Amino acid sequence: MQDEIDSPQHHVDSAGTYVAVLVTLLFLTILTTAVAYVDLGYFSTVIALGIACTKMLLVALFFMHIRHSTKLTKLVVVGGLLWLAILLLLTLTDFATRTWIGVPGR
Amino acid sequence: MQLTAEREHYLNASYGLKSWLLTKDHKRIGLLYLFTITLFFFIGGAFATLIRLELLTPQGDLVSDDVYNRLFTMHAIAMIFFFMIPSIPAVLGNFFLPIMIGARDLAFPRINLLSWYLLVAGGAFALFAMIAGGVDTGWTFYTPYSTTYANGWVIATALGIFIAGFSSILTGLNFIVTVHRMRAPGMTWFRMPLFVWANYATSLIQILGTPVLAVTIVLLFVERVFHLGIFDPARGGDPVLFQHLFWFYSHPAVYIMVLPGMGVISEVISTFSRKPVFGYAFVAFSSVAIAVLGFLVWGHHLFVSTQSAFAGLVFSFLSYFVAIPSAIKVFNWTATLYKGSISFETPMLYAFGFIGLFTIGGLTGLFLAALGIDIHVTDTYFVVAHFHYVMVGGTIMAFLAGMHFWWPKITGRMYPEGWAKLSALIVFVGFNLTFFPQFILGYMGMPRRYHAYPPEFQVLNVLSTAGASVLAIGYLMPMVYFTWSLKYGKVAGANPWGATGLEWKTASPPPVHNFDETPIVTHDAYDYSTVHGEEIQVG
Repeated sequence: MQDEIDSPQHHVDSAGTYVAVLVTLLFLTILTTAVAYVDLGYFSTVIALGIACTKMLLVALFFMHIRHSTKLTKLVVVGGLLWLAILLLLTLTDFATRTWIGVPGR
Repeated sequence: MQLTAEREHYLNASYGLKSWLLTKDHKRIGLLYLFTITLFFFIGGAFATLIRLELLTPQGDLVSDDVYNRLFTMHAIAMIFFFMIPSIPAVLGNFFLPIMIGARDLAFPRINLLSWYLLVAGGAFALFAMIAGGVDTGWTFYTPYSTTYANGWVIATALGIFIAGFSSILTGLNFIVTVHRMRAPGMTWFRMPLFVWANYATSLIQILGTPVLAVTIVLLFVERVFHLGIFDPARGGDPVLFQHLFWFYSHPAVYIMVLPGMGVISEVISTFSRKPVFGYAFVAFSSVAIAVLGFLVWGHHLFVSTQSAFAGLVFSFLSYFVAIPSAIKVFNWTATLYKGSISFETPMLYAFGFIGLFTIGGLTGLFLAALGIDIHVTDTYFVVAHFHYVMVGGTIMAFLAGMHFWWPKITGRMYPEGWAKLSALIVFVGFNLTFFPQFILGYMGMPRRYHAYPPEFQVLNVLSTAGASVLAIGYLMPMVYFTWSLKYGKVAGANPWGATGLEWKTASPPPVHNFDETPIVTHDAYDYSTVHGEEIQVG
């Protein structure tokens, strides 16, 4: 069992770091709202999702302490993201190619 | 070791309802699950009985089409979500996984109890829906039936499944942490029994897949109740998106149901042929491979759903890969038997049944993975026969194998071997009589989910209904003799089968904390040279 109990260090970030992350998250929330009022066409979704992913990363890395976690915990996070990628990618094999040939009978 | 009346074990350590309802002992929680899933098994069985009675004649003369829709929906919901998914992991896994790795309990005993309460709460919603009039969407809740047209108790049932899903997630979490953190000294990953590997792989699926089911149910809820456009094309949604999300969980859920069963079979085959499982590492990794590959194949449920033909090709191709780790298991079990000292006790009979029936179920799955054949037999009884060969011929046979194998450990009593062998035979005959004719019916074109059918299909349907009656007797018999054995069964020793696992090195029934002293593991799993002459430390 020793192989995986790689002594998690109970590293605690300073209060200043947490405040900085909080301020960044609030700023990104305002930015999301502001961008929603600007018509960027195709890029509206891209930018909204980009901001959302940045916020998710900040929460996971700082508030959930993934930054200072064991390799096993990081593997769990990567595994979760990988499975989300499987869900999106294989679903897109349908949605991205559905119109390439017509549906018989239509 | 002699069993004495005074010896304290998990069953006599405390008494009264409160001692059970507030227990944190994984063994008692396993038994709570056993009572709960047995209830749902008989509820699901009652719906199946009505379905088979209706199909005795070609006319829809027993129930209306609407009632029939509700019967097959509720049969599936009771059996899948409240019997099969929790069956082997939550009952046998809960009871034996910690003992098999030399732990005193699961990592989070309170969360383990919470998991059971969540299953009961979810089951209560589903039961309420059944009693109040049922739901008629099919267990798959396909849109737009479920979001727009269905009149039944869609939300109550879906909420029940949503809540029960968290039970499944928490059990998976508990198992994974337990296996990582609580193995006894010397219990390395490659000394773990294959039942533990199988439950570990199952837990990965439960954690990675079940949240997607929960999300899908929430989306269904917001569209049905708040009319948001997610699946409805009139509001900018896509009904096929529901099928993608639903099967992303529900195809791997098939492996949640069957993988733990494969773990049971590995234990039983090894014990009753007195040989280590052939190719241990391959069998262990094939469980993980099934868990991973199971997530890449869901689109084979969508071949006729207007899914892109290109996506269909990809999913058809990927579906064949699952056959590889499944075949590794079947071939390795067979190789384990080779030159083994085989004995034919009841668990072994069920294990033989599993191997044959699961192989038929698995190979017909390959028929269905082939695009051309699938389009011919989609929504026919061929599909019904296929998944019953996997679920009933596979999982339930394995569950019964496990129940007989570990019954002496759970209760300290032997079941009557003669009656048990007879029941195994009756289950095998009844099962094949019920479901084999359905392959032929499906091939001939009889569609599923109709309460009436053309008269030329009657003979095969009568055979199927007759088989179901035989099967019902086969399932009732263990209920009777297991109960009988609690009082009258021969007292079991610590290791009545001469098996190798740590669970057989403690007393029957086990003490509250499983072992008086933490065991130190010095041998590989299935090392039969260690069985005789060893010292039993508890008693």
